[in-house]
Formats: sequence, structure tokens, C-alpha cells
Amino acid sequence: MEFLSYLISGISLGSVYAIIALGYTMVYGIAKMLNFAHGDVIMVGGYMSFVAMSALHLPGWVSVLAGMAVCTVLGIVIEALAYRPLRSAPSLAVLITAIGVSYLLQNSAQLIWGANPISYPPVVSGTLHLFGGQLSISYVSLVTVAACILIMLALTAFTSKTKMGKAMRACSEDKGAAQLMGINVNRTISLTFAIGSALAAVAGVLLCSSYPTLMPTTGSMPGIKAFTAAVFGGIGSIPGAFLGGLLLGIIESMAKAYLSTQLSNSIVFAVLIIVLLVRPAGLMGKYVPEKV
Amino acid sequence: MLLEVEHINVYYGAIHAIKDVSFSVNEGEIVTLIGANGAGKSTTLDTIAGLLRSKTGDIRFNGQSVAHMPAHKVVAEGLALVPEGRRVFAQMTVEENLEMGAFTQAASTVEPNLKRVYEQFPRLEERKNQTAGTLSGGEQQMLAMGRALMSQPKLLMLDEPSMGLAPILVEQIFDIIRQLHEAGTTILLVEQNAQMALSVADRAYVLETGRVTLSGTGSELARSDEVRKAYLGG
Ligand SMILES: Nc1ncnc2c1ncn2[C@@H]1O[C@H](COP(=O)(O)OP(=O)(O)OP(=O)(O)O)[C@@H](O)[C@H]1O
Ligand SMILES: [Mg+2]
Repeated sequence: MEFLSYLISGISLGSVYAIIALGYTMVYGIAKMLNFAHGDVIMVGGYMSFVAMSALHLPGWVSVLAGMAVCTVLGIVIEALAYRPLRSAPSLAVLITAIGVSYLLQNSAQLIWGANPISYPPVVSGTLHLFGGQLSISYVSLVTVAACILIMLALTAFTSKTKMGKAMRACSEDKGAAQLMGINVNRTISLTFAIGSALAAVAGVLLCSSYPTLMPTTGSMPGIKAFTAAVFGGIGSIPGAFLGGLLLGIIESMAKAYLSTQLSNSIVFAVLIIVLLVRPAGLMGKYVPEKV
Repeated sequence: MLLEVEHINVYYGAIHAIKDVSFSVNEGEIVTLIGANGAGKSTTLDTIAGLLRSKTGDIRFNGQSVAHMPAHKVVAEGLALVPEGRRVFAQMTVEENLEMGAFTQAASTVEPNLKRVYEQFPRLEERKNQTAGTLSGGEQQMLAMGRALMSQPKLLMLDEPSMGLAPILVEQIFDIIRQLHEAGTTILLVEQNAQMALSVADRAYVLETGRVTLSGTGSELARSDEVRKAYLGG
């Protein structure tokens, strides 16, 4: 029963990683860049939904939508102002810019909301008790897992069935050829950032509802873990990000429970290193990324 | 005149790849640009398609300047390029590749155009659910041409469609070019295979290190001593 409870919390944590990793991987797939500011968009989503709930007294689900709306716009603006001018710049310049954007978001949040953690009112509360109280599962966990599966299915359908989704895949394979088809590459990249950032907002709300503190650096660690998950699953691959996120969450949860809380992060990254030694392209990756 | 290219100069950084090139294509013609490796044939087509920019001059299609139009808008004007090396979307299926070709077209045109392309290239229909990366070189060339035809172009530009293909497939590709021409499509063809190109072309231009050095009808150039020496092996 104890094992089952750790497994469930691992799956729930992994679902958050997976949602973030999907954004990372989609942006990488199309823009061939690692958007290190992606984790901080999670934090912005958290603060925005916090403001919507506590200052504007909006219901939880409206606050989620508000966070998503703000992050969508933020993602589009970041791409247009910071990354688009660097479209043909060396990848190192883009990487440094992304780190810069990350600090800009963190420091802006600190300026507005201060550096101290605030307590976040969970969007979903309550706990489900099973087996006569032996197993407790929070509703947040259930909602998180459900959201992750839903998002994964929706993205798969979007990229395989819709015209824009297919255009996105075409751009990620060959931007020049995509232009020759009449696809507006800038607009497609913009759309990818919009989707990734909206997902980051969802992840922010779910994360803060499970671990109810929020501060300007809240997005950093989950961002790095989700990046790890995306690489683990095979960067650029949507099912890879999903699988990588889930596995990472489960490994982290098990490591915390049975090995060591302090070492859990080291164990997570050690697993990543081992996987990459054996399968350089990640679990479901088709190719090794050239630009990191 | 369907296409007028006037005094274009194209650079890659400091490299001056296209030097004051002018030529034209009339409606219904097959015009070919021939020239050795590095003469600037692909650069010329990429510039017309909007992937590269000319520093000077103008490119007019149907009387309208397309010289400053982004590539994704040029297609919608009716100008399609089948790029060198085919550049099919390898991880997408054959049918998805064709759908991408119709990106600028109304949804209602996709079905009838798919049908037409499949009639032209029955091989593609047999393989429509296969990913394009698994096709042979000849099939990929057919797919790249079919994909371009999905946009119902007024002018089809082909960059070395015979490259890397076995002689029998080269014949087949040129048969298709003739059929498209008979069906009314205007074609601008770039080839290293000068003999084949001149045999189908109404008119031809010879490019040498970025300049047009000769022009004339296909048969004139095929008979010219200079062309025979340089491109037809004597
Ligand atoms: N991306 C590039 N950067 C720098 N120089 C380039 C680039 N692409 C082409 N060139 C140069 O421009 C000139 C024209 O090249 P282009 O590809 O247009 O020739 P081509 O006639 O198509 O040759 P081929 O028959 O080999 O395809 C060449 O000297 C080539 O080296
Ligand atoms: Mg060429």
C-alpha cells in the first residue's frame, strides 16, 4: 500500500513534468532551440492564477484560463522579441538569450511579488480515501494525471490530423521546403510557443496546487527536470516527452521514498546520464540533436 | 509574359553568385536554364521563389512584382518550386506531403487535386500511407513534383529533377514534364542533363558563373558548337 501511494505521487509529479516537457520538446522540434525560460513561464502562470483567485476572487477554473491566456501572450512576445531576431544566429547566442529571458522573468516576478514564498490556494482540494483509509489520493493528483493524458491526446490529434499541426511537423523537418508550400514559418513557430506556454501555465497551477508555495524561482527546478524528461524521452518527440516525464516523476518519487530525500535529484540526473549513454537519442528519439 | 526576371544580382555574403541576370518565360512555354555545377541555376530559382533576395532589378510574375514577397506568399500567386534534392518531408506520409503542397489552397480543392496527382503518379497512390523517407529516389522526385502540383501552379519550376536517377527514370520524369506542358502548365526547368533539357525546351538560356552567356530556342542551342562542346560532350 505504501508502494502504491509512492507510485501514485510519482505518476502525478511525472504528469506535471510531462506537461512541461511537451512544451520544451515542441519548441525544440520546430525552433531547434532550448527555451530555458520555459520553466519560468510556469512560475508566471502560477502567479497569474494566484492573482486571479486571491485578488480578483475568480473561481479556480477561470483563474487557470487567465493564467493560460497571459502565458500564451507572454510566450508569443518572448519569441518575437528575443528569439526571432536570432533565427539565423549561432545556437550559443540563442541559448544565452534564453538564460537571459529566464532571469528577466524571475527578477520581474521578484520586483512585483517579492522574493518570499507565498502560500498558494489549491485550485482543487480534498482527498480520496480508499481501502478503508489505507490509501489516500489527493484530488489534485487525479486531476493532474487526467489533465496530462488529455493534453497528450489533444496534442497528438492536433499534430496528426489538423492542417496547422501538420504544417508544424513540416516546419520542424525543413523550414525552407515548408515555405515553398506556402507555410508562414514565423507564424507557425509563434503558434508553437503559444501552445507550449499555455501548457506551462496549466503545469504551474497544478504544481502549485500540489506543493502550495509559490516564489519567483518556483519554475526553475521543475523546468530543468522537465527538460531532462524531454531529453530522456527523446527531444522533439511528443510521446517521448510524455513517457520521459512520467518515468522521471516515478523515479524521483521512489528515490525519495526508498533511498534518500537529499539524493533524489542526483539519482534522477544519474538515470538520465545512464540512459543517454545507452541511447543517445533518448527513449523514443529518432536522431541526436545537433544543437544544444 | 508570365515571368520576367530583370537584372537580378544575388550574393551569399561576399560571394556574388548571380550577376545581372535577365530572362523571361512566356505562358505555355518550357524554358530551360542549363549550366555547369555552381553556375547559379539553383540560386536563380530560389530567388524567384522568394527564398533568396536580389539586391537589384525586379522579378515580375503575371505583371506583378514578386521580388520582395516572402516565399510563403509567392506560392499562393501560382509559382511553385520543386527544389534541388526534392526535400520531401521524410517523416510525414506521402499523402501528408501532398496535403502540405495544397497548404495555400481552399480545402475543397484538395480532394480533386489529390485525385489528379494520383492519376499522374499511380505509384504515389499505392504508397500514400508510407512515410516519404522510405520512398526510392525516383518516387521521391515524383512526390516532390506531385506536391508542387497540388498548389495548381501557373508556373512550375523544377530544379534538376533528373539528378541521381537511373536513365529509365529520367525518361519517365521527362515524359511527365511533356505531359504537364501539353496540359497547359508553363515550366521553368533547370538541368545539368543539357541534352534532355534542350530536347523538351522551347527556349533555353546558358548560365556560366552567374551570367547568362547564350540564349535561343532549344534546337538552336542543341546545334550550337559552344553548347555542344561544353555541355553535350562534343
Ligand atoms: N549557401 C551558400 N553559401 C555560399 N555560397 C553559396 C551558397 N549556395 C551556393 N553558393 C555558391 O553560389 C554559386 C552558385 O551556386 P548554385 O547552387 O546556384 O549553383 P548551381 O548552378 O545550382 O549548381 P549545381 O548544378 O551544382 O546545383 C556557387 O559558386 C556556390 O558555391
Ligand atoms: Mg543547383
